[in-house]
Amino acid sequence: MSAVWLAVLGTAVGSYLLKLLGLSVPASVLDRPVVQRFALLAPVALLAALTAQQTFGGSGHALVLDARAAGLAAAGIAVWRRAPFLVVVLIAIVVTAGCRILGTCV
Amino acid sequence: MTVIRTTVPAGPRARPDRAVVRDALGVGVSVGVSGTAFGVAAAAAHLTAPQTCALSLLVFTGASQFALIGALAAGAAPIAAVAGALFLGVRNCLYGLRLGRRLELPRALRPLSAQFVIDETTAVSMVQPDRRSTRIGFWVTGITLYVLWNATTLLGVLGAGALGDPGRYGLDAAGPAVFLALLAPRLRAAGAEGAEQRAVAAGGVLLVLAGTLFLPAGVPVLLAVAAVAAAPLVARLRDARAAKPAAGADRPDAVARHVVEQDAVPRPGEGADERGAAR
Repeated sequence: MSAVWLAVLGTAVGSYLLKLLGLSVPASVLDRPVVQRFALLAPVALLAALTAQQTFGGSGHALVLDARAAGLAAAGIAVWRRAPFLVVVLIAIVVTAGCRILGTCV
Repeated sequence: MTVIRTTVPAGPRARPDRAVVRDALGVGVSVGVSGTAFGVAAAAAHLTAPQTCALSLLVFTGASQFALIGALAAGAAPIAAVAGALFLGVRNCLYGLRLGRRLELPRALRPLSAQFVIDETTAVSMVQPDRRSTRIGFWVTGITLYVLWNATTLLGVLGAGALGDPGRYGLDAAGPAVFLALLAPRLRAAGAEGAEQRAVAAGGVLLVLAGTLFLPAGVPVLLAVAAVAAAPLVARLRDARAAKPAAGADRPDAVARHVVEQDAVPRPGEGADERGAAR
């Protein structure tokens, strides 16, 4: 089995068990302020990190500034203007592609 | 579509089934079609169509799915990629705690219902006033979203695959745009809660960029979780400046409110006004 399949199945099992655990355990076990705060704030840290990493991450340890940054800036404006989810994604794709086309033409 | 009207005596705060179904379908359909974005992003990350569809069928929690394919595309070790995805899935566990008490489903239905415990079903269910409408909201949102998310995942991955090299078309920008869209409402939150979340987000960005320079792929994202520690610091600074109590992270409706905002879906019936006011 390839590493990708292992990761897919590992995530599937883990995600399902997390969901089932919440439905199954007595509320008092996890319903504590510390756990609640972690569950509220950890996604914020992760989503911000993932946004930055997938925008500026190059190969290996490099950070790069390329067409993706322009795409993300455009997506940021769309988010700020409260555009629907799919519109935001589409804008990022189109602007990134546009920059690449201009980059090869100019 | 037929909506069966209830003949059960309704309490003073009960909602008509039709209103619940309408809210649930609205969220299920509008978020469900975003499976397209996942299919496209997965193709850009060089996953095969079966791998992509397996993720939507089995994992069925969007942020974790995007995190996993992003980490794999960046060359992360599978274990690091899985850990990042599961960190994002921890919140579903807490939703389950709250939902379990509200739904009171028979034991036999628990394993099936567990798969549907996600941001959107929690958001719709937790704002319902009684058990009947909570259950209707949960199942209608869950099933609609599951069917559409998987159907559009397949469309997205096949469509993107037909285009050839995804990098050439900018499809690799889909992933970060998705994370930004999920993050934005949290950054926009008002008051102490918002200040805290902005600090945590900034900390996460700094940690991941610094970590990328010397840590193996996939690990910097895990390191970014440490930015959660920035929140108490911000709170302490605020307290020092103005003796103001921190605003309600522990209020009973905090989870439902937060997930509604997180996925940019208006809270059924009232979301638009409240969000407008909070702006």
